[in-house]
Amino acid sequence: MNFLNWFLIIPVVTMVAINLVKHHQKVRVAAAIGMGIQLLMAIYLVFKYLAVRHAGNTDQMLFTSDHVWYKDFNIHYAIGVDGITTALILLTSIISFAGVWASWQVKVQAKEFFTTLILLATGVFGFFMSMDIFIMFLFFELAVIPMYLLIGIWGSGNKEYSAMKLTLILMGASALLLVGIIGIYYNSAPEGQALTFNFLEIAKHKMPVQAQYFFFPLTFIGFGALGAMFPLHTWSPDGHASAPTAVSMLHAGVLMKLGGYGVLRIAVGLMPEGAKEWAWVFIILAVIGAVYGAFTAIVKKDLKYINAYSSVSHLGFILFAVLMFNRVAFTGAVLQMISHGFITALFFALIGMIYGRTGTRDIYKMGGLMKVMPILGVSYLIAGLAALGLPGLSAFVAEMTIFVGAFEHHDLFHRVATILVISSIVITAVYVLRAAGIMLFGPIRNKKFELLKDAAWHEKITIFLLIFVIAGMGMFPGWLSDMISESVIPIVNQFVVH
Amino acid sequence: MNLSSLLLMRQELLLIGLILILLIASIGRMNKPARGIINLGIFLFGALTVYGFFPQQSGTVFGGMYQVTHTTLIMKNILNIGVFIILLQSASWVLSDENKGNSIEFILILLSTLLGMDYMISAGDFLMFFLGLEMATIPLALLAAYEVKKIKSLEAGTKLILLSALSSAIALMGISLIYGANGSIYFDILSSSIQATNLNVLGMLFFFGGLAFKISLVPFHFWTADVYEGAPLPVTSYLSVISKGAAAFVLVMILYKVFPALIESWTLALYVVSVLTMTIGNLFAIRQTNIKRFLAFSSIAQAGFILLGIVAASQLGMASVVYFVMVYIFSNLGAFGVAQAIYNKTGKENISDYNDLYKTNPKLSLLMTLAVFSLAGIPPLAGYFGKFFLFLAVAGQGYYALLIIAVLNTIISLYYYLIIVKVMFINKNENPIPAFSSDNLLKLGLSLAAVGIILVGFIGYFYDWIYSVSWGL
Repeated sequence: MNFLNWFLIIPVVTMVAINLVKHHQKVRVAAAIGMGIQLLMAIYLVFKYLAVRHAGNTDQMLFTSDHVWYKDFNIHYAIGVDGITTALILLTSIISFAGVWASWQVKVQAKEFFTTLILLATGVFGFFMSMDIFIMFLFFELAVIPMYLLIGIWGSGNKEYSAMKLTLILMGASALLLVGIIGIYYNSAPEGQALTFNFLEIAKHKMPVQAQYFFFPLTFIGFGALGAMFPLHTWSPDGHASAPTAVSMLHAGVLMKLGGYGVLRIAVGLMPEGAKEWAWVFIILAVIGAVYGAFTAIVKKDLKYINAYSSVSHLGFILFAVLMFNRVAFTGAVLQMISHGFITALFFALIGMIYGRTGTRDIYKMGGLMKVMPILGVSYLIAGLAALGLPGLSAFVAEMTIFVGAFEHHDLFHRVATILVISSIVITAVYVLRAAGIMLFGPIRNKKFELLKDAAWHEKITIFLLIFVIAGMGMFPGWLSDMISESVIPIVNQFVVH
Repeated sequence: MNLSSLLLMRQELLLIGLILILLIASIGRMNKPARGIINLGIFLFGALTVYGFFPQQSGTVFGGMYQVTHTTLIMKNILNIGVFIILLQSASWVLSDENKGNSIEFILILLSTLLGMDYMISAGDFLMFFLGLEMATIPLALLAAYEVKKIKSLEAGTKLILLSALSSAIALMGISLIYGANGSIYFDILSSSIQATNLNVLGMLFFFGGLAFKISLVPFHFWTADVYEGAPLPVTSYLSVISKGAAAFVLVMILYKVFPALIESWTLALYVVSVLTMTIGNLFAIRQTNIKRFLAFSSIAQAGFILLGIVAASQLGMASVVYFVMVYIFSNLGAFGVAQAIYNKTGKENISDYNDLYKTNPKLSLLMTLAVFSLAGIPPLAGYFGKFFLFLAVAGQGYYALLIIAVLNTIISLYYYLIIVKVMFINKNENPIPAFSSDNLLKLGLSLAAVGIILVGFIGYFYDWIYSVSWGL
């Protein structure tokens, strides 16, 4: 059996184990063990992938397997990975592992919480492994729907509203995506040949240009909404603000990357002509998202809202890079997915920990926290510096790559767009440093906060793991960037004029 | 015709046999409890359902009036499974004190309507079709008025019989117009001789109106909510899945077989009706507070989706209609089964009564969640596959506008299905429905529905099997 299947089997076994054990302390141990094994598997996958590539295997997808599922529609259970998805699977497994540790204190219906959380992760793993758009879409929805329960039951604040808004916007977008996918299917093969959902097969056959013009925007919007594309991003701040810590981590860290990956692989990768035709519209939206998200983050007082709008801004970079249609920018887009995944997960984890102690997320009610909890404070600063693109940390690598790629376009439109996006980094510095300054430094505003404890051991696991990968990626980006840039070649080749 | 060809009607003959056994048993029962006979009936019907899956010959009886094909066999099997689950779910309600004295009649009448539907599906001409239709409809009105002491139930029965009579008259009008124009009522002859004349189109539309009433399509849906609310729960679930499913089967077969020449007229009619049905069903479902009315409007919306497959007029379309009905039977019976279990114990049937149900009855809440998610088309549950294939069928004919309207409607439906989930998991309740345990037959019925919801989608064989016996234009 293909060992990639274990990425689905282990979560399922973990979910079963969670429901078999009796006490909530054992529940979280079961979840941690399951996700730990998943993380080890992902590391093994990376090494094995690199070894096979090193041995000279040049197939686009490795470790593939293919089983017919519905033969009349040519639907296959087809899985495989390339450099992009290997990296994204590693990201997912790290963040779901860290997420389990960050939810160590969940006691209300712990069983249901961890089951739903891991169900979400299962959907994400399946999505990244799929080579067949049908099962890809299946996993996509499987990953989105648990959010409703996770926010609705374990969330805080205006949770019912946020959960419903998030679900309806994302599922609404996925409905458009469904139309796009069905359209791709019916244009997937030349007259007389069997239609297929396999994206490798579809990429070989150029879809009719008229069909591309029609279905590209539907597919792009469908995936883009999950990637917080302006103006469909409004679910994201409300959703994150209400979601429990681990859910925010997984959602911003991983789930929103489904959008970016889908846009790259399906929308742009399969419909290059449509992409060129519509690029200007979506570039404008991506630039607005990047700049508007950053500006909004400046005026927000709630830490989660600040970080949610920061995510909108940084995901705008991904959508922007995907629309640059060259190898460097595509590589940058994937690097940004991974980098932003780690950074935002660290942010949300820290915010959850701070909120758990102070009982507030309003930065103006805090102050001087650095004195009482130095580890959390320093980590928050590190996350902030990473977010604003400090060299040596991961975001610098990713954003630099994106801008180098974007500058390969010489016309005025792309130049202006690129400069606007770059300018949003400056704004990032403003909101990150402002929030950190008000919250961490200065006098302690609330006497009660003097008694707060610093990070507990299980929280340190989350924090140090994420800081380790952020710094590691910032200092040794070479292997990751090589692995990704090799795998974007087939997508770039779609744009090369023959 | 010889006697052995009568054996082609095995399905119906066995059903008649079963009805007779129950009838004789109930006469001979005197004052002894009915439980044994009910259990025997359910067991025998289960055996009949299993027997239906053994391979059978196809052929015609009565000079073409009655036809057995692989398609009709599959359709009858699907209906049998649904009826079996309903019998399991309703057993304890039938035997409860309020129905004392007429418990066995319930099963008798239920099986009689099923017999009518079987004949309707196997019809080879309009006469047999009409006989089957009437045989299925009149006992249904009896069933709706089964709780004779409740005025709402009587009202439901009266409404159903009056409006059924009207719709039967309309269908009969259509049939006579077609007979007048073509001189035949045999499907095989009509399929080759029918022309796209105005008279034929009119006849076809009247005929369609008659069936549209059974499927509760807009604008023939007005009876649905009232009758569903008034009728006892098992009857409501029977009306919403079996009766509707059978009518959808007949509609797709007759439109494809008899009216290929009129394809332009009926695809246009179905297109419009489908959009109206989905949208109106969904919009009304949002406002409902009673679980039966809620499921009534949700089932109207689902009927709109069934039409998507019929509009496609292809082999894919027919296969996806049959498949969707099968999936829909499992999903809806899951929801109705939970409502039944709660009604049996507490007599409550308002959605707000389900507040915080998960705390006290986690299994029922989970099954309800599975059922509504399947109805909403959330993967990896069966409903997702059903809807996806319907969408594929519609898009296969290039009806992308219809497809977009349909997918937007699934979002509206997702909203109200999520409300049910929210009620059970998120809402707080000071005195929720207490924890209880249902009887074993009901549990079996619920488990069958759950297994269907979870597994049908994963096993591609079911669809391949249905596809292999479908046909298109």
